[in-house]
Amino acid sequence: MRKRLFLQKLWFTLIKMAAWINSGALAVMVYFIVSRGWRAISWEFISQAPRESMTQGGILPCIVGTISLCLITILVALPIGVASAIYLNEYATQGKMVRLIRLGINNLAGVPSIVFGLFGLAFFCIVLNMGVSVAAGGLTLGIMTLPVIIGASEEALKTVPNTYREASLAMGATRWQTIRRIVLPMAFPGIITGSILGISRAAGETAPIMYTGAVFFTPDLPGSILDEVMALPYHIYVLATAGTNIEATRPLQYGTALVLILLILSMNLAAIIIRSKMRKKLRI
Amino acid sequence: MENNIKMHTRDLDFFYGKFQAIDHISLDFLEKRVTALIGPSGCGKSTYLRCLNRMNDLISGTRVKGNALLDDMDIYDPAIDVVNLRRRVGMVFQKPNPFPKSIFENIAYGLKVNGVRDKAKITQVVEKSLKQAAIWDEVKDRLNESALGLSGGQQQRLCIARALAVDPEVLLMDEPASALDPIATQKIEALITELSSKLTIIIVTHNMQQAARVSDRTAFFYMGKLIEVNDTDTLFTKPELKQTEDYITGRFG
Repeated sequence: MRKRLFLQKLWFTLIKMAAWINSGALAVMVYFIVSRGWRAISWEFISQAPRESMTQGGILPCIVGTISLCLITILVALPIGVASAIYLNEYATQGKMVRLIRLGINNLAGVPSIVFGLFGLAFFCIVLNMGVSVAAGGLTLGIMTLPVIIGASEEALKTVPNTYREASLAMGATRWQTIRRIVLPMAFPGIITGSILGISRAAGETAPIMYTGAVFFTPDLPGSILDEVMALPYHIYVLATAGTNIEATRPLQYGTALVLILLILSMNLAAIIIRSKMRKKLRI
Repeated sequence: MENNIKMHTRDLDFFYGKFQAIDHISLDFLEKRVTALIGPSGCGKSTYLRCLNRMNDLISGTRVKGNALLDDMDIYDPAIDVVNLRRRVGMVFQKPNPFPKSIFENIAYGLKVNGVRDKAKITQVVEKSLKQAAIWDEVKDRLNESALGLSGGQQQRLCIARALAVDPEVLLMDEPASALDPIATQKIEALITELSSKLTIIIVTHNMQQAARVSDRTAFFYMGKLIEVNDTDTLFTKPELKQTEDYITGRFG
């Protein structure tokens, strides 16, 4: 009897510790970056371009660059991803074809990000002649994010009970009307949350954009989607490894990391707020 | 007065993959009458009901053989418009399933998807449908509130109103009161009797007293076969077959 209770206590403690390690890792990381980076943050830092071989000045071009890349990623990945999920979950006859498409999606999810970068360089930059640009980088990130968005959207569509589809069809609605007016609104919070999480992941990627969209240094803000940009994650990499004076840029490096983390956390926070607002509206 | 046959099936078979769930069922449904389908769980009565508005089309790997007709239209003819069939043959489900929308929008939905744009017309039909489903007085002051705030019984009457809004000729009801308490059940049963003056009703029920109370005719299903069908009074008082008698007297099932 004693032993059983002891074992229960032991296992619960271990399980609890495992859960706390998550939050612990995040807390340590955030502390590490905030403590080293907060001194670098100033109005100048977020409103000006780098100067003096990046040892002075700010990171405005990087912030604008990363946001532009994210916008293209959303424009590419959200419609295609949601449409694919609708096809797979709502419309397609489950069979060989669908299995093949799913196999493709799962494999796409497993491709290393540097390979996406090389593909983007070869295909978007060279074959489609986009050069190193926001468009090429955004498209590369978009393809990389597709499997995440398809997965999140499919999960969200699956949570809509079949009985709602049946009720709609039983009133003489077409399948498309049922998807458009009943299923999608109910799945929307899940789709949006999953998609934002996927895109915030993409915002922090370096490998896919280092050949396709981001450059070492450009003080100008992008004027069109065919311009090259600076980007936060790539800038961190540059400051940490390739600067002329690494010691002098170190505070800027942590400052940049802090800005990137804040950007991503605020996207995730937006996802959570949107989800809870919509859930309340739908009362589910 | 003898009524016309509104729907009928001839030698209808239905398969889930290799499993035959419905075996050669021929059955007539009289216009503006209530027909109850009874039988133990898994006897195929719900599957049969869902054949009548082709709701089973949604399940992959299923197959139908034989004929099912609405008036003189073969509903499994590949040339017919399934969407229009489902508008003419409405359905109410076992668990109340109002959409997560307002009460008004729940009823208006069927009209909107069928192309009605006229706001005055929609408002008028919403009121008429809610009155027909005997729920108007309870919801008329809260039409813009979420339908999910209603009680289970109210939700089910709302679902009936929703089905009535598109003016169906036949209403299929799949155990519409099985998730409700006795008082809500009573209201649904009274409503079924009321509605049968206007449309043809086919109701699946587990509850034999309910079948006896609400239906004009009763069909007893067992293992995917139609065992016996007759006027409800006759079937419950003088069943022809021993198997039917055993079921209705509660000896099995």
